[in-house]
Amino acid sequence: MSETRLMKGNEAIGEAAIIAGCRYYFGYPITPQTELMEYMAKRMPQIEGVFLQAESEIAAINMVYGAAGAGARVMTSSSSPGISLKAEGISYCAGAELPCVIVNIMRGGPGLGSIQPAQADYFQATKGGGHGDYRNIVLAPNSVQEMADLTMLSFELADKYRNPVMLLGDGALGQMMEPVNLEEKPLVSQEKPWAANGLGERTKPNVINSLYLKPEQLEAHNIHLQNKYQKIIKQECRWEEFSIEDAELIVVAYGITSRIARSAVEMAKRDGLKVGLFRPISLWPFPSERLLTLAKQTRAFLVAELSAGQMIEDVRLATRQMKPVHFYGRMGGMMPSSREIYNQVNLIVREKKEAVK
Amino acid sequence: MNSKLYARPESLTDAPFHYCPGCQHGIVHRIIAEVIDELGVRKQTIGVAPVGCSVLAYDYFNFDIVQASHGRAPAVATGVKRVCPDSTVFTYQGDGDLASIGCAEVVHAAARGERITTIFINNAIYGMTGGQMAPTTLVDQVTTTSPYGRNVNQVGTPLCISEMLSTIKGARFIARVAVNNPSNMAKAKAAIKKAFQLQNNGEGFCLVEVLSTCPTNWGMTPVEAVKWLETNMIPQYPLGVFKDAGGE
Repeated sequence: MSETRLMKGNEAIGEAAIIAGCRYYFGYPITPQTELMEYMAKRMPQIEGVFLQAESEIAAINMVYGAAGAGARVMTSSSSPGISLKAEGISYCAGAELPCVIVNIMRGGPGLGSIQPAQADYFQATKGGGHGDYRNIVLAPNSVQEMADLTMLSFELADKYRNPVMLLGDGALGQMMEPVNLEEKPLVSQEKPWAANGLGERTKPNVINSLYLKPEQLEAHNIHLQNKYQKIIKQECRWEEFSIEDAELIVVAYGITSRIARSAVEMAKRDGLKVGLFRPISLWPFPSERLLTLAKQTRAFLVAELSAGQMIEDVRLATRQMKPVHFYGRMGGMMPSSREIYNQVNLIVREKKEAVK
Repeated sequence: MNSKLYARPESLTDAPFHYCPGCQHGIVHRIIAEVIDELGVRKQTIGVAPVGCSVLAYDYFNFDIVQASHGRAPAVATGVKRVCPDSTVFTYQGDGDLASIGCAEVVHAAARGERITTIFINNAIYGMTGGQMAPTTLVDQVTTTSPYGRNVNQVGTPLCISEMLSTIKGARFIARVAVNNPSNMAKAKAAIKKAFQLQNNGEGFCLVEVLSTCPTNWGMTPVEAVKWLETNMIPQYPLGVFKDAGGE
């Protein structure tokens, strides 16, 4: 069954989660993600699922930890300050290898910041956010359709790797309405023989735990996690390219910024400039190898973000500084226009030409 | 013919407890194990272990365990119970875990009438980190972070968790017990058994507070510790049933 509906990004995530078999949602209100929570409050009782408004983001992520530990497909959602509160719990989920989906509809920071869209949680999302050597799989949609598609993918990847997956959107994507095609998919049920859901026929108790008091054991556990992360890096890098073949300048942007950047690239192309767009879809694992290949064939990069420059560090690392990496960012909930990015493109391309002369 | 009168409960593994001499965690672990055996629910029980001395409870209990972060056991147990509504789910928490960092979680689990059982070990001190002041530390009690005694003007008075939780409508059964002598142990076991039975009947949040000794961090022998508990703790934390909402 497939139907096209006009939905808010936040609602599309909710419906997609339900299609993906998520029957447990724990959350706490915070703008600009609250519509997702409200959607789940309405929908979960209709399908005999559980919606629970927790007393805090901390409690919500720990309810997720418990439900995931008992073997359920489970989700929580929040926005930037709330994700900071969940950080300890996410680290526990990573340490105990619990599959779960955490949605961050980012807003401006630091501190209470604002309720407007931002991408200033890139470091927090991709470098860990909580304590210890761990990684979340981080997926960054750029449309309401992708909010839905990547939500479904998030549940699959979480179960496949026994790892937390973060869906990283922003206030613009969460609030805006677009047509979305929600396709019912047959559920791939995942056996979870490790779940602590009562012994039943088992003789050996299952323990959900991230404590290893002996350093040898904790190091072995960390090596196991790192091996898993290497496998994820090999198998789960995702990105999209536009007009990249003969591009002399490649704009790198994710999420809502990639939509604006695409308009800027199209404007520049109409002017005859050789410009392309590279959009990371998985922020972790970051598509570094592909960017390195592109670094060999292009002349420069322009990274555009709604931050002071966070993903740019991964672009620099990936391209080994073989080519100049420029930056354009807005902060605090301000959005660049496509004209602003187009102007940056123009400046860089013209400077290059000056330099060649 | 010989018959076995006393044996290790099936709900305990044969791992030796790591607890200090005179610590009463072992007694309470055994009571819980006996109760779960007697109720015949071992195969459907999921325990939630805290952060603190009893973090290693998963080595001792012979059923499924989820280890929770500091204070969050009631939230974790909520997640487990909502996924496994027919299971027996309990948290085992100390006073630092439950009365300090986890105060919000236990209050709201009670407010929701969450169908879980909480065993709350109150020994008036942080054990695992080496004897710091807890919210339950007595007035003038010396700890490593109240080296001149708990000063009421600076840090207030002991928090009475059972009294506080008994004001919450969602709490079905709230009792305070001690395991300082055989008679109190029998009462403790009866209260713990009731707290599990009520959960299994789907009747709401149940908590049993167990006053417990910490000879190591109190700087006493086990015998002195039991006497100190009787002389100082029981007057501050009177034993009894604070709420039994049956029939309401």
